[in-house]
Amino acid sequence: MPKNKEIRKVLVIGSGPIVIGQAAEFDYAGTQACRSLKEEGIEVVLVNSNPATIMTDKEIADEVYVEPLTVPVLEQIILKEKPDSVLPTLGGQAGLNLGMELAESGFLEQHGVQLIGTTAETIFKAEDRQAFKDTMEKIGEPCAASKVVNNVQDGILFTNTIGYPVVLRPAYTLGGSGGGIAHNEQELIDILTNGLRLSRVGEVLVERCIAGWKEIEYEVMRDGNGNCITVCNMENIDPVGVHTGDSIVVAPSQTLGDKEYQMLRTSALNIISELNITGGCNVQYALKPDSFEYCVIEVNPRVSRSSALASKATGYPIAKVAAKIALGYTLDEIKNAITGKTYASFEPMLDYCVVKIPRLPFDKFITAKRTLTTQMKATGEVMSICNNFEGALMKAIRSLEQHVDSLCAYDFGNLSDRELEQELKIVDDRRMFCIAEALRRGIRYEHIHEITRIDPWFIDKLAILVEMEQKLQSKELTPELLKEAKRMEFPDHVIAELAGKTEEEVRQMRYANGITAVYKMVDTCAAEFEAATPYYYSVYGGENEAAASQTGKKVLVLGSGPIRIGQGIEFDYCSVHSTWAFKKEGFETIIINNNPETVSTDFDIADKLYFEPLTPEDVENIVNIEKPDGAVVQFGGQTAIKLTESLMKMGVRIYGTKAKDVDAAEDRELFDGILEQTGIPRAAGGTVFTAEEAKEVANRLGYPVLVRPSYVLGGQGMRIAYNADEIEEFIDIINQIAQDHPILVDKYLQGKEIEVDAVCDGTDILIPGIMEHIERTGIHSGDSISVYPAQTIGEEIKQILVEYTKRLAQALHVVGMINIQFIVMDGSVYVIEVNPRSSRTVPYISKVTGIPIVELATKVMIGNTLKGMGYPTGLAPQADDIAVKMPVFSFEKLRGAEISLGPEMKSTGECLGIAKSFDEALYKAFLGAGVTLPKYKQMIITVKDADKPEAVDVAKRFAALGYKIYATRSTAKYLNAHGVEALRINKITQESPNVMDLILGHKIDLVIDTPTQGNGDKSRDGFLIRRNAIETGVYCITAMDTANALARSLETVSKTLTPIDIATVKNI
Amino acid sequence: MRAYLILEDGTVMEGLSIGSPKEVISEIVFNTSMTGYLEVLTDPSYAGQAVVMTYPLIGNYGITPDMESERPWPDGYIVRELSRMPSNFRSKGSIQDFLRQYDIPGIAGIDTRALTKILREKGTMNGMITTNADYNIEEIIPRLKAYTTGRVVERVTCRVQKRLEAKRPKKKVALLDLGAKQNIAHSLVKRGCQVTIYPAHTPAEEILSANPDGIMLSNGPGDPRECTSIIEELKKLYASEIPIFAICLGHQLMALANGADTYKMKYGHRGGNHPVKDLKTGRVYISSQNHGYVVDTKRLDPKIAKPAFVNVNDGTNEGLEYIGKQIFTVQFHPEACPGPQDSAYLFDRFMEMMGGKTNAKE
Repeated sequence: MPKNKEIRKVLVIGSGPIVIGQAAEFDYAGTQACRSLKEEGIEVVLVNSNPATIMTDKEIADEVYVEPLTVPVLEQIILKEKPDSVLPTLGGQAGLNLGMELAESGFLEQHGVQLIGTTAETIFKAEDRQAFKDTMEKIGEPCAASKVVNNVQDGILFTNTIGYPVVLRPAYTLGGSGGGIAHNEQELIDILTNGLRLSRVGEVLVERCIAGWKEIEYEVMRDGNGNCITVCNMENIDPVGVHTGDSIVVAPSQTLGDKEYQMLRTSALNIISELNITGGCNVQYALKPDSFEYCVIEVNPRVSRSSALASKATGYPIAKVAAKIALGYTLDEIKNAITGKTYASFEPMLDYCVVKIPRLPFDKFITAKRTLTTQMKATGEVMSICNNFEGALMKAIRSLEQHVDSLCAYDFGNLSDRELEQELKIVDDRRMFCIAEALRRGIRYEHIHEITRIDPWFIDKLAILVEMEQKLQSKELTPELLKEAKRMEFPDHVIAELAGKTEEEVRQMRYANGITAVYKMVDTCAAEFEAATPYYYSVYGGENEAAASQTGKKVLVLGSGPIRIGQGIEFDYCSVHSTWAFKKEGFETIIINNNPETVSTDFDIADKLYFEPLTPEDVENIVNIEKPDGAVVQFGGQTAIKLTESLMKMGVRIYGTKAKDVDAAEDRELFDGILEQTGIPRAAGGTVFTAEEAKEVANRLGYPVLVRPSYVLGGQGMRIAYNADEIEEFIDIINQIAQDHPILVDKYLQGKEIEVDAVCDGTDILIPGIMEHIERTGIHSGDSISVYPAQTIGEEIKQILVEYTKRLAQALHVVGMINIQFIVMDGSVYVIEVNPRSSRTVPYISKVTGIPIVELATKVMIGNTLKGMGYPTGLAPQADDIAVKMPVFSFEKLRGAEISLGPEMKSTGECLGIAKSFDEALYKAFLGAGVTLPKYKQMIITVKDADKPEAVDVAKRFAALGYKIYATRSTAKYLNAHGVEALRINKITQESPNVMDLILGHKIDLVIDTPTQGNGDKSRDGFLIRRNAIETGVYCITAMDTANALARSLETVSKTLTPIDIATVKNI
Repeated sequence: MRAYLILEDGTVMEGLSIGSPKEVISEIVFNTSMTGYLEVLTDPSYAGQAVVMTYPLIGNYGITPDMESERPWPDGYIVRELSRMPSNFRSKGSIQDFLRQYDIPGIAGIDTRALTKILREKGTMNGMITTNADYNIEEIIPRLKAYTTGRVVERVTCRVQKRLEAKRPKKKVALLDLGAKQNIAHSLVKRGCQVTIYPAHTPAEEILSANPDGIMLSNGPGDPRECTSIIEELKKLYASEIPIFAICLGHQLMALANGADTYKMKYGHRGGNHPVKDLKTGRVYISSQNHGYVVDTKRLDPKIAKPAFVNVNDGTNEGLEYIGKQIFTVQFHPEACPGPQDSAYLFDRFMEMMGGKTNAKE
């Protein structure tokens, strides 16, 4: 079927801010799909509130709306842009839900707009629990015994008929929010109550527990002609019970025979056909390990995290093909871009093995429960490719960048065998390592399998790795043994440690014996056809397929690895733009990255893609083959910056700011020297290694002090200490990981926080804009509401900021990007920190100002000047629009995580509000972040003493908005004494009705709770109030500045919002 | 024990001996299936060939009852890695033992991707698997070049007639065993056919005298043009009015019996991912394939037969419909095993041709 000629203008719905369960994969899918649509001459209108995405670039879509993803906003944009079609299958669950609502309300039909890529009926059949069950029953596809309930009592009654344990899955939520496994009635009541609240339609599925079965997924494609193919299948090493997003996954399946494989494949094709899906679809199965019995777990009628993984694992561009299908093409009409010879109606055949490991945020949320359940907790993931499973697993482990490079990690050595067995029962992110320890102790496979239900095949693979560790420890390191260890991808330094040698000795031995990595190509077809796309992975042994091209200049772009809190999608945005800029300048571009969710690892972004861990050894292997002219490290976050020194040792030139200048910005003493030289003030401070030293410095400076490790991103480990005990606690946490660099202790200054990004060509600087944070210093910049242009600072201060930025950039010989954070206090400007690299604000500032920051930074790195490129210097003229960047959190997914904001970053994503006025921008930003108030006009205020005076003003504003205010004892007393009517409520420990009853009663819009200082323990009232508020879906604010901003936003809310097409922002 | 794979172009690859240590010369072909190594090993169409599995991890689920014939047929087996510990609830042993039991030599630890690329670029060629480290390549290469597969259908076909009964037989089918995979007969039995399996060289008269409702021509190994006497018998079957369905070698032989020609492909189609298009409906199905020869449609008389299926990737013929006859034949494997079951509906079509009921849900 050729293209449907009636489709000319398509509205694509993005997925919004990055949250757990809905992350960068949708930028990848959306970007690919938009490019695929434009290729066909379609005009693309894009809506996504997430500015840190490639898909919201004007190169990707024709009209770009960075606007809140709500039905009214979408309706307004549809009225304005008059698209003929809406494509809702690329924006994850958020996009699908919006598409569904637009269709259900009749709005689309009324305005002659069609849904493409799916139909409302299909979405309903796949997403509505009962409809889905009925459909499966109709075609004879088994589901676990289940019932949809909309109240707790029905849930209990049904469970009594099928028996515990049961799985609970709320309808229409993303990442399995609010789901879980209940083993008894109390758990059932708890989870069900929460799930019913979170479900968009107040429905929860109660289901027979099939935990322990094999979890298998199929990625299926279908076109309008009914042709179906499977792109690949995947097997979760963690059996059913752990969300697939949190599971270690291998592709293709390893323990299924052809009978099982084809049985499930046929089932998946039957399902996609019955649901009449046109496009991509993901089907998840539970397969009973000792029979052919299976159950369909769920179907996602859209591109998903799994489909992004499948695309990267096979080279089959699911989103691109899905977009073409939406236009009416059939699979046999769409060329396979990898081979150029085959068509999309072809099932990829892998001749390698792929392992995905989730990146979990427990290093950030040390109080959060590490247990993995059906509620996804991972913020990102890594993928690795090798021709053996052991190697793929080892590569994936080190790609995580969690200071763990082998199975000898997390110390289970001190546990007794009995304790270890108990530990094995715990399903968390350390389970593989625990199994490895069990194998070291000689615990039998069968026993480990009985406890973990992990297939013995995988246990045996772990055993092979453990045996190799033991051989390396006990035997002489012969070339043969070394070769075998490298085949399994043991890193040199791990081999060295185990064999009692130095890393350099191991490396020399490798080179002397010709044991070097070779690269194989991902070609979708197991070498059956010649492939045209250079997408590589490394193995040891065999033929090398990655030939270095001889002509022209060549640059290595280092990616940013897995998405984690503090290092998010922004850095992928920067890496991709830098790659494009190098291409424009005639460079051959090579990307190294290991994140399957991102645009940068799409095979047609760079000239060559190496899907590899980002460690010095792995990078060196590529450098040995490619011999690049230089590398760029400024855009890949801390992951890339950390590789600078190693790259220099390999003789690779670093484009842009020199390593010693990067050091000067990070190294306390050197940086103090720079500040002295440039005459810029900063908060007093010192460097320490121990808690004792830290206390000395703190005593000298006076409390509170800011404590932080150097060379980290996202303020990892950064805290404000108010007393010596807290210093002890924080230093101890920091030192749990061996520190190569000293810890910094600074006087904490509470003032206005200002952030500046600039491009410097070595002489001149260009500051696209000055950003101001709503929250005063003390809250990480990534967690603050950031406003461009700065609203409350005068011209004089601006001049100082520009001057300081210029001085710092010059003193640090910055060539490329620089990011500086300042404090403005009592008319003075202090510098907080300087990062001579790209920052997370770059994408949004680029979009609002129309200045292609990354492109400019890239071009100056290779010798261009700002003036030479025709750009102004100094502070760029102010843009027409005002932009407010709002952080978005995923706290509800992380049981036990402390939600109060501080110097360590906690947000997972962000959204942007853009408008002509500050108030409208602020309102849009809150809306984009999902804060839709007011609802009940009731709120709770409980603040620490220091905040009480400010709380009075805040409370007055909310009272004026008609809010009924509840407050805990001392806060209520203070408010009442200062003329605000506040109802006193009991503390948690006091009798009912207390503050908790109020929160759980679902009648509260908002909790303002500023934590008493220190992190305190989890049983504290404040912690419980905040957690319960979050888990009950109540908006919770932990800083007075945020509360004031919200009040302002509610005070100035106007009925009509004006969507702004940022594609019309003129390039400067 | 070390083992060596020597190709006729002089390439030598070193690996570990698996299965039998004996030396073998054979035609080297590759298969891209990711599962179904057991079905591949027991597919009689591999007689006279040594198979390279492009998927690197083989033997993961051990030896299960999923056999397509009584025994493994390839002359040799070439893999990247054999699982040391198979895991599956039906597993009854390892590939290693299975190969040893049937005295089939193999080699593991080979860069199967590099090997596949050689076969893709230079075409299928002959090779030797040996454990003799002192091989003399000058002496071996002429032997490799001289090697031909020979008449292999004789090796794989059944010696005597066999009958498979269905529970309530609706139709009688004569299955000519040219090296038939078991699932062909099973697919028919499942649909209510009593299946009589005939040795490949059974005279047409004998088959016709049993008065079957339909005739099924199976898959099989080797160069179709060598099967001259069988082709002669097929001419007689064609002349009868009995519905005929043919798969793979059977499809090629029926074409040859009707004046078409076959040619050897550069490296064949072996795997479970080949898209074939039904020219009547435009639908595309993913099929299981295993063939090195193909029907040359240029030499096909359009008055006798017309293409019914075509390969989406390379445009080669994948099926024929005989004009004015109840005969249709396919190059791919609707019986799957291994591979996708998407084209199993063709057995239903055969049932319809015989006037029987379709749809055989077990």
